[in-house]
Amino acid sequence: MSVPFSGAASVAGIGATEFSKESGRSELQLSAEATLAALTDAGLSPGDVDGLVTFTMDNTAEIALARELGMGELRFFSRISYGGGAACATLQQAAMAVATGMADVVVCYRGFNERSGQRFGQVQNWAAGQSNTNGLDNAWSYPSGLSTPAATVAMQARRYMHEYGATSRDFGAVAVADRRHASTNPAAWFHGKPITIEDHQSSRMIADPLRLLDCCQESDGAVAIVVTSTERARDLAAGAVPVLAAAQGSARDQFVMTSYYRDDIGIPEMGVVGRQLWAQSGLGPADIDTAVLYDHFTPYVLMQLEELGFCGPGEAPGFVADGAIELGGRLPVNTHGGQLGEAYIHGMNGINEAVRQLRGTSVNQVEGAAHVVVTAGTGVPTSGLVLGRDG
Amino acid sequence: MSDTHDWIMEQASLLRDRGETTPRPARDPVNQPQVHTWLEAIGDPNPVYRDTPEATEVHGGPVAPPAMAQVWTMYGLDPHRPADDPLHSMMQVMDEAGFTSVLGTNCDQTYDRYLRPGDHVTVTTRLESVVGPKRTGVGEGYFVTTRSTWRVGDEQVATMLFRVLKYKPGPRSSGPDPSSTVRPARNRDSEFFWEGTAVGELRIQRCNGCGALRHPPGPMCPHCHATDQGHVVSPGRGHVYSYVTHHAPQVPGKQLPLLLAVVELDEGVRMIGELRDGTGSRLEPLSGPDSGAVEIGTPVEVGFERIDDDLTLAVWRVVDGGSA
Ligand SMILES: [Zn+2]
Repeated sequence: MSVPFSGAASVAGIGATEFSKESGRSELQLSAEATLAALTDAGLSPGDVDGLVTFTMDNTAEIALARELGMGELRFFSRISYGGGAACATLQQAAMAVATGMADVVVCYRGFNERSGQRFGQVQNWAAGQSNTNGLDNAWSYPSGLSTPAATVAMQARRYMHEYGATSRDFGAVAVADRRHASTNPAAWFHGKPITIEDHQSSRMIADPLRLLDCCQESDGAVAIVVTSTERARDLAAGAVPVLAAAQGSARDQFVMTSYYRDDIGIPEMGVVGRQLWAQSGLGPADIDTAVLYDHFTPYVLMQLEELGFCGPGEAPGFVADGAIELGGRLPVNTHGGQLGEAYIHGMNGINEAVRQLRGTSVNQVEGAAHVVVTAGTGVPTSGLVLGRDG
Repeated sequence: MSDTHDWIMEQASLLRDRGETTPRPARDPVNQPQVHTWLEAIGDPNPVYRDTPEATEVHGGPVAPPAMAQVWTMYGLDPHRPADDPLHSMMQVMDEAGFTSVLGTNCDQTYDRYLRPGDHVTVTTRLESVVGPKRTGVGEGYFVTTRSTWRVGDEQVATMLFRVLKYKPGPRSSGPDPSSTVRPARNRDSEFFWEGTAVGELRIQRCNGCGALRHPPGPMCPHCHATDQGHVVSPGRGHVYSYVTHHAPQVPGKQLPLLLAVVELDEGVRMIGELRDGTGSRLEPLSGPDSGAVEIGTPVEVGFERIDDDLTLAVWRVVDGGSA
């Protein structure tokens, strides 16, 4: 690469609305509020923004957001596909635009009424009816009734249990960690509501082997993140949190949620992301102080630990045992409570938590956190980040 | 059923534990014009609710009808419900559990004192109880009770116990309607497969260039890049590669719980389909990984379920005595 990427761009501001089950306002308003909050955090104004990035799934057009906030001219806008797999890639787009001079200040945003409006956890008839290759792919699963995110993940989880002897309790360790962290996070929906492994084990089956407490929440809310050059961010109100690495990944024979036709199923696309993250940043799993791992369903957190190299294949059940991924453990994961505990904002709220850890302002601060890895949606083409502490 | 019940009670417990909502102020203070409108609508001639000598004599001035307590904090026509409203949240839980109809049953109010014009009330609500399931004349349901408290400042002025029956309208429906099954998107690359199931053939794409078998099919062979694609008819034997028992939410056209598998065919390709018992009847799935009915490796063979003229699905029958 002729332009050095690692560390060239930084997160300069983060913002979010409250997280709820019924926001009572439009998705455009949610995204406008979160964006304004992120700009305020950075000490910038809407007029400073010249780039916007979001998910292809987002219902708010860049131009609509720009109008609400009175932004001026935009010279960079980009959208990423594959549902929650887009989360970290929005920052990759922003950081690449900033590093190459295509834009100066880029806001990544995601806002939805995912609980009070269209709920992703229900059967999405539209996904099977799309007249494109994604719709054709879904023809092999939806008509038979395999048509919810939970069921598609459960299919992978069952195979993982079979191959490695993992149990429902191993998945539960992730839920317990998330809910413990959420319990001390006032912004979390489940603030003050920790669970035990017994709560997890007695929660109802959604798609056996997945129980209710293996599944993330459905939430209303929005998150926005301001990216600019590290040099400029250092002079701004909140300082710089450098993007040390940012990567996307899809693997051989990739499908959306139903990559069942590979020799070994699982989530090798996260391995594609992980290898790039370590190569770009010059870091490795041992250098990571805390991780934000996409947790729409608990089994994929275990598989991510393996794909990212925190442990070997099949070793994640042992890795997460005995509170190892809880605050004080060897690798605290999802210190905001994750999408099970804080809110499901398609992974974007986890990026904000990584920034807080590196600023030293998390409510569940990991002492001296200097490197945080963040991942995006699993089971789909995905993305990841390594963020660092400046200086 | 008991899973659903446990879940309802768990959600109820979570909502109950949240206690009272944040006090929500009335849109307007207690005021005479709104009292007048209410009195007219009810047809109440009582002079103490108006600016009359009787009101001055009895109460030192007009007071508001106590039964208006709830009126002051009504949401209006464009409700902005606070996210922590426990009644609304509980109704959503019940909807999700399939108890979609609602019937108000009780409303008991108590009044601590008269309200006067100028009083500005707030209301808080908490979930009191969720009781059920009960069989009632309209269907099976749960009684959901909330308690609201109105205050002026810190002083309690009125309370209300409000109970609704949230129920499944009876009689029970006779099951899902197969015609609502989600339809596959098809095009020239995949049509041969659906034409096959319609005539009782399980077709696997075969590359006419190199002979490779492939499912799901596509227009270009990933091995030799030939675009000349044919198919073979498979005897439809294989084994369970992975499986899931789908309990929630409802799936169009399917009866729950629904047993689904990724099947690995003897030819090496994999396909997704519903698991059935040896006779092709719906397999009654047992909860939990150790049900024994099906496990990874269980031999299966293909069957065909005709939905209608446009769609026939391949299903997978457990081969008798073949549990691996
Ligand atoms: Zn070929």
